[in-house]
Amino acid sequence: MTLQTWIAAFLTLCVFSFLYKDNPFYRFAEHLFVGAAAGYLLAVQWQNVLIPNVWTPLLHDHKLVVLIPLALGLMMLARAWDKGAGIARWSLAFYVGIYSGVAIPGYMQAQIFAQLADAAKPFAPGWGAVNSALVLVGLLTVLAYFFFSAPHKGVHGAGARVGIYFLMVAFGASFGYTVMARVSLLIARVQFLLRDWLHVLPGP
Amino acid sequence: MRRGPLLLTFLSGAAIAALFFIPHYRAQAANSMLLEWTLVVYAFALILGSISLWNSHARKVRNRAEGWGFSVVTLVSLLAITALGVWKGVGEGTPVDWIYNTVNSPLASTMFALLAFVIASAAFRAFRARSVEATLLLVTAIVMMIGRVSIGELISHRLPGITEWLLDVPNLAAKRAIAIGVGLGAVSTALKIILGIERSYLGRS
Repeated sequence: MTLQTWIAAFLTLCVFSFLYKDNPFYRFAEHLFVGAAAGYLLAVQWQNVLIPNVWTPLLHDHKLVVLIPLALGLMMLARAWDKGAGIARWSLAFYVGIYSGVAIPGYMQAQIFAQLADAAKPFAPGWGAVNSALVLVGLLTVLAYFFFSAPHKGVHGAGARVGIYFLMVAFGASFGYTVMARVSLLIARVQFLLRDWLHVLPGP
Repeated sequence: MRRGPLLLTFLSGAAIAALFFIPHYRAQAANSMLLEWTLVVYAFALILGSISLWNSHARKVRNRAEGWGFSVVTLVSLLAITALGVWKGVGEGTPVDWIYNTVNSPLASTMFALLAFVIASAAFRAFRARSVEATLLLVTAIVMMIGRVSIGELISHRLPGITEWLLDVPNLAAKRAIAIGVGLGAVSTALKIILGIERSYLGRS
């Protein structure tokens, strides 16, 4: 049993202690997690983004063009001081502008066109046609529910009502799926404690 | 004061959207360069977030606020892991890799595992079959939870099939409609930002 296993087991128990009530062990783990996660993220950004995209091109390849993103990045840091908000706005404007520009073709291709293309296909043969028809009805009725430019009355209102039922089933499925994903993680942690730490369970 | 940043948003947004449609290699190179620049700005935004985190906890320690000792833990871990990562790297076999596997990974998965209890207790308090909609949500959630584990098949051999059907038919229909709605919303918001109609991201003047 290594030091790594003991530390990981201690931290796992610290977090699970919250199930009893909020306590110093949980708060220690919580604060450690925040600091460690932020520190790791910074280190990764330094090694994987700033060194290959700024440090190396500037100091080794003498590419002066990287001074532009460097300047925009440094301007972003001005936001740390109240009076620097105006300077940081330029970096924010650039960043938001780029991602808005990327979003237009990106969302059109990946979300709108791809989903419409899948929806506008011939029905599956045999009994599969019933399911295909249900998917089409669900799609149209949920879209009817999300169409707020007209009041939900008459045929539109009835369609929107059916759309709500489809939405509720989808939300229930998502909820059940999320719970099961969390339970899988819980089982993995309990397995770690019983197998890797305490050796109560046999190995894989 | 905002005219300059608004113009920059327009130029950068319009340029990257236009470059997407131009297959010439120079246009694609410019596209990649602009995206690399955003990565750099994003990295500095994370540094800004860490400075904010540091300031918040350092203030607690300075003022000896309640629980200031825990803030010391955050400050020390933040500083130590950043320094180690910058100095020794973050690849396999580095001290930061060891810390990640020992501290970050177990803490992250245990925190998410804890959510199983939080979600279950919240559901127990909130879920009531008061209407047709609430009943549909409740029944689907229960079928999904039982149908995807071994006990579901023991209860009824049809349960896994029903679970798959719920995912592949009604769930797919609703998710598809949501995806189309999200896509349309994202494109219209992006257009509003580029054209300077939506300005809230620039904050108050």
